[in-house]
Amino acid sequence: MNIVVCIKQVPDTTEVRIDAETNTLMREGVPSIINPYDMHAIEAGLQIRERTGGKVIVLTMGPPQAEAALRNALSMGADDAVLLTDSAFAGSDTWATAYALSKAVRKIGADIILCGKQAIDGDTAQVGPEMGEFLDIPHISYVRKIEEVHSGGIRVQRLMDDGYDIVESSLPVLLTVVKELNQPRLPSLKGKIAAKKAEIKKWGHSDIGAEPANIGLKGSPTLVKQIFAPEAKKDRKLLYGTVEEQVDALVQELRGLGCV
Amino acid sequence: MDYFLTEDQLMIRNLARQIAEERVVPVRQELDEREEFPSEIMKILAQSDLFALFIPEAYGGLGKGILEFSIAIEELSMACLGVSTSYAANGLGTYPLLLFGSEEQKKRYFPDIAAGKRLVAFGITEANAGSDASGIQTTAKLEGNEYVLNGTKQWITNGGEAEIYTIIAMTDKTKGARGASAFVVEKGTKGFHFGKKEKKMGIRASVTCELIFDNCSIPKENLIGREGMGFIVAMKTLDQARVGVGAQGVGVAQGAFEEAVKFARQRVQFGHPVISFQAVQHMLADMATEIEAARAIVYAVARYVDSGARDITKESAMAKVFATDMAMRVTTNALQVMGGSGYMREYPVEKMMRDAKILQIYEGTNQIQRNVIGQALIKEAAKEGKKQ
Amino acid sequence: MRIVVDAEKCTGCEACIESCPYTAIEMREGKAFINEYCQFCRACMSICPEGVIKEVLEVADTQASVSDIEGHRGIWVFAEQRNGKVAPVAYELLGAGRRLADERRTELCAVLFGGAKPEAEGLIHWGADRVYFSNARIFGIFNDEPYSQLLFLLIQEHRPEIVLAGATPIGRSFFPRVAARLGTGLTADCTALEIDMETGNLRQIRPAFGGNIMAAILCPHKRPQMATVRPRVMKRGVFDEEKKGEIIHVDAEGLLSRTKLVETVKEVSGMTVNIQDAEVIVSGGRGLGDPKGFNLLEELAGLLGGTVGASRGAVDAGWISYRHQVGQTGRTVCPKVYVACGISGAVQHIVGMQSSEVIIAINKNPEAPIFDVATYGIVGDVYEVVPLLIRKIKEIRGQQ
Repeated sequence: MNIVVCIKQVPDTTEVRIDAETNTLMREGVPSIINPYDMHAIEAGLQIRERTGGKVIVLTMGPPQAEAALRNALSMGADDAVLLTDSAFAGSDTWATAYALSKAVRKIGADIILCGKQAIDGDTAQVGPEMGEFLDIPHISYVRKIEEVHSGGIRVQRLMDDGYDIVESSLPVLLTVVKELNQPRLPSLKGKIAAKKAEIKKWGHSDIGAEPANIGLKGSPTLVKQIFAPEAKKDRKLLYGTVEEQVDALVQELRGLGCV
Repeated sequence: MDYFLTEDQLMIRNLARQIAEERVVPVRQELDEREEFPSEIMKILAQSDLFALFIPEAYGGLGKGILEFSIAIEELSMACLGVSTSYAANGLGTYPLLLFGSEEQKKRYFPDIAAGKRLVAFGITEANAGSDASGIQTTAKLEGNEYVLNGTKQWITNGGEAEIYTIIAMTDKTKGARGASAFVVEKGTKGFHFGKKEKKMGIRASVTCELIFDNCSIPKENLIGREGMGFIVAMKTLDQARVGVGAQGVGVAQGAFEEAVKFARQRVQFGHPVISFQAVQHMLADMATEIEAARAIVYAVARYVDSGARDITKESAMAKVFATDMAMRVTTNALQVMGGSGYMREYPVEKMMRDAKILQIYEGTNQIQRNVIGQALIKEAAKEGKKQ
Repeated sequence: MRIVVDAEKCTGCEACIESCPYTAIEMREGKAFINEYCQFCRACMSICPEGVIKEVLEVADTQASVSDIEGHRGIWVFAEQRNGKVAPVAYELLGAGRRLADERRTELCAVLFGGAKPEAEGLIHWGADRVYFSNARIFGIFNDEPYSQLLFLLIQEHRPEIVLAGATPIGRSFFPRVAARLGTGLTADCTALEIDMETGNLRQIRPAFGGNIMAAILCPHKRPQMATVRPRVMKRGVFDEEKKGEIIHVDAEGLLSRTKLVETVKEVSGMTVNIQDAEVIVSGGRGLGDPKGFNLLEELAGLLGGTVGASRGAVDAGWISYRHQVGQTGRTVCPKVYVACGISGAVQHIVGMQSSEVIIAINKNPEAPIFDVATYGIVGDVYEVVPLLIRKIKEIRGQQ
C-alpha cells in the first residue's frame, strides 16, 4: 500500500497580525510550520500504514527551504520524502499546483493520497479535489473518521454542515482531512535522528514530465490583481434605552452583518 | 544562557519542551486534583523515545548520558513535577541494572524499558529505614534455585504502575553493610503485591505506594551483581539519579519563575505593573540568578558524570542539594510575587510550591546530602594531609 | 500585481530577507530583490525600515487570446440541494448573479441536480432566466463524480462566462474538479464579486492568510471564471412570483461514480460544531448564574447559525463541557460575531476571542471589562435581553 501525503510549508497565520497604520502583515518571529491540517493528514497516513502495512511518502511543492517540513514529517515516522522544487513552479495557483503535484504522484504511484482540508495561507481547499480530477481518481473531502481501510477500498465519514455522510470508495482514492480525524503524534527522537540523515528526493519539472505551459505563473489561470487590508473595526458602541430599544438596535446591527 | 549543547541535546530539549507545553500543561491541574497517574503522557514519552535515553544502543536505546536525561527531566519539570517524577523514576529504577546487571538481564529487560513498554521502579525505603538505609528489614533467603523475599517497602514511586522493580533486601543480617543484595522483581510474581497508595502534599500525579513481599519467590538469576553488593548498588544508583533530581529543581523553579514574571507584567497596582516596583524586581533578579547557578552546577556535574569519572558522590550531592533548596526558595518567592493570585489554585504556582518540597527530601534528604558532602570533604582533606 | 523593491533606495540592510516566510527575497549586487516565490503576504513591506518596498499594480489586464474567451456568455449559479430542498445560499448567489448578469447584459441561469420541479421553478422566481435541471436518481444525494461530470459537460456545451457555487461542503468539494477539468480558474470563499468595466473580467475579492488580508483575484485568460461564495455573504435578490423562465431537463446517462454514499447521519447542530470553525459564537459565563442559561444561548446560537462557547468559569462550574471553553486555557476563536453573555471579560477570556470581527456583550455590570472590547454593548440582564432577541429574530425570519 503506497500512501502519499501532500503537505505544504506555511507561515503560522494564527500568529500574524496586520499593522493598522501601514496595512501590511506583521510577521516578526512567526515561524514556518507544516500546515496544521496536513499534520492530521500525516497522522492519518501513519495510522493507515499501521493497519494495512505499506509505505508513507510525504510530498511537497515549494522553495528549497520546504525540505525542513519534509524532515519534520519524516521524524513523525514517514518512510520517504519527495521535494518538488523548481523556480518554474513559483507563482503557481491552485490549478498549476494540483497539476504538478499530480504528475509527481503519478511518478511515485499511490493507492491512497491524503491532503489536509486547506492551507492556512491560501485557504482555498481546492488543490486536493483538483488533484483527484487530474489523476482521474475519486476523492472524498472533509474526512473526519476512517472506519475501514484495506487493499480493496475504504469507508469514511465525510463531515457535512449538519452531520456526516458515510462514504465508501474503491482505491486509488484521494482524501482531504479535517482536524476531528485524529491528534497528530509528536516526533520521536529516533525519528528525528533518522530524518536528519534521510535522503530526500528532489524533482524539478522535467523529472515529472510537467509541461512548462501548465506550471508556475504561466500555467495559472488565476492571478492576484491586488492585496489590501480588511475593513478596520468599527468604534465601540454601548446601546442605550429600554430592553426593547436595546434589542431593536442590536437586531439592526445583526441584520447589517448578514446574520439575520 | 548558552550551555553549548550539541545538536542532539538541543533536539532532545526541544522535543521534551514540546511535549511539556502541548501535552502536560493542559492536564497538569486535573492530574494533581484527581491524584491520577499520567498514563497517557507516559505513552507519549514512550512513543517519542524519551525512555530510550538512558538505555544503551545495543538494547534498543539511544545510549545517551546523564546530561541528556537531565535536560529532558528539566523540561518536563517546568510543566509538572508529578509527571517528571514518574518519568525520572524509571531511570532510578534502571540504574542498578545499567551499572551492575548481567548481559542476560540487560537483554531481558532493556528493550522493553527503552520502548517505554514497561515502567520501572526502585525500592529501598522502608518504614524503619529512610535516611538510615542500612536499617532495612526486608529479607531475601536463598532456597534452592530461588530467593524468597519477605518484607514491605514504603513510599515507592511508580509502585503498582511499574512492571519492573529493582529491590534492595537483606541476604545476610550478620554481615552488616555487606549484608544486602539487589534484585529484580517483576509485577505479577506470586507473593508480590501492592499496599496503600499515599495521599501527598505535592507531586500528586506521581503514584507512591507500598510494596509487599509475602514469601515472594524469584529465580536466583534475578540477583543483580553479587550477594552483599546491595548497598553499593544503591549508593551508586543514587549517585547517578541525584543529578536528575537537581534537574527537577531547576525545571520547577524555572516554571514558577516564568509564571511570576508573566503575572507581574500584567498585574497593575498603584497605576503601574507590579514588575516595575524595585522590591519585585529584586526578588525576580535573585530568583533568576539562583536558577541559572543551579542549572550551571547541574549541567557541569552531569557532564562530569558522563565523562566517566569514578568518584562523583560529592559532586552529585552538591548538585542535588543546591538545586533543590533553590527550587523551594524560588517557588515560594514566585508565589509571593503573585500575591493573593499565587495562592489560588487557578494559577499553577501554588502547585509548583507544593511539588517542590519533596525535592529536598527524597533520594536522600538535603541533610543527608550535606553529610555526604561533609564526609567527602574529610576524606579529601585527609588525603591531602597524608601528602604533607 | 507585484511587490517590488526600489533598488535605488534600498540600503542593503537585509531586514526583509528574514521576514519573508517564502524565502522569496534574495540579495543581488547588494540590493534586495523579490523573486518569483513571492506570495504577496507583504511582511517585507512592514519591516523595511526605509519603506522602499512597494506594491506595483500591473498596468492593464492584457486581453486574452480571443479564442479562449470569445463566445462565453451567461452567468451561471450552481444551486445545491440537500434532501430535495435548495440550499439558501443558492438564492443569495442568484441575487449576486442577477446583478452581474445585468452588468454584463447577459442571462442568469441556474443549475440544479436533484430535487423536484417546484424547486427548479423556485429558482426562476428568485431570479434565474433559465434552469438546467436533472432529477435523475443518481443526483438525489450529493456525489462528487456524477456532479462534476455533468456540470462539466453542461459548461462545455453552453459556455457560460461565470459560474458560481456556494462555498459549502458540497461546493468546495466538487467545484474544484470541474475547474481542473476545464483548465480554468476557481476562486474560493469570495466576499465580493464585481465586473471590471474596462475588461469585462470578474473581480473576485476574498480573504487570505487566515483572514488577515484581502485579495482581488482575476481569471483574465480562461473561461468560465469560477467562484465559490460562503453562505450569508451575499444578499438574496427579490422573489418575483410573476417571473417566467425556462426549465431545461438535462440528460444524465452514463455517469459513473467510484464512491458510494452508504448513510447520512444527522447530528444536533449548535453544540457539536467545532467552536474554532464557527462563524457565530454565543458564549456564556458565570453571570448566567445557572446552567439552564445555556439552553437559552443554544437557541440563540442556532438561530444565528452558530455554536455555543463558554468562559472558564462556566466550564469549571460544570455547566458545560470543556470543548466549548474559550480563552487562554481554552480555545482561541475568531468568528464573525461573538456574543458574550454574562461574561465579565477577564483578560484570560479576552485573549481567546478578541480578534472576533464583531463582539457583542450583554452584562448586568456596566464596569465589566468585557465592554472595553465589545463592538456593541448592552448593560442588562441576559435573561431579559436574550429571549427578546430570540423573539425578534424569529419574527424577522418569519417575515422572510
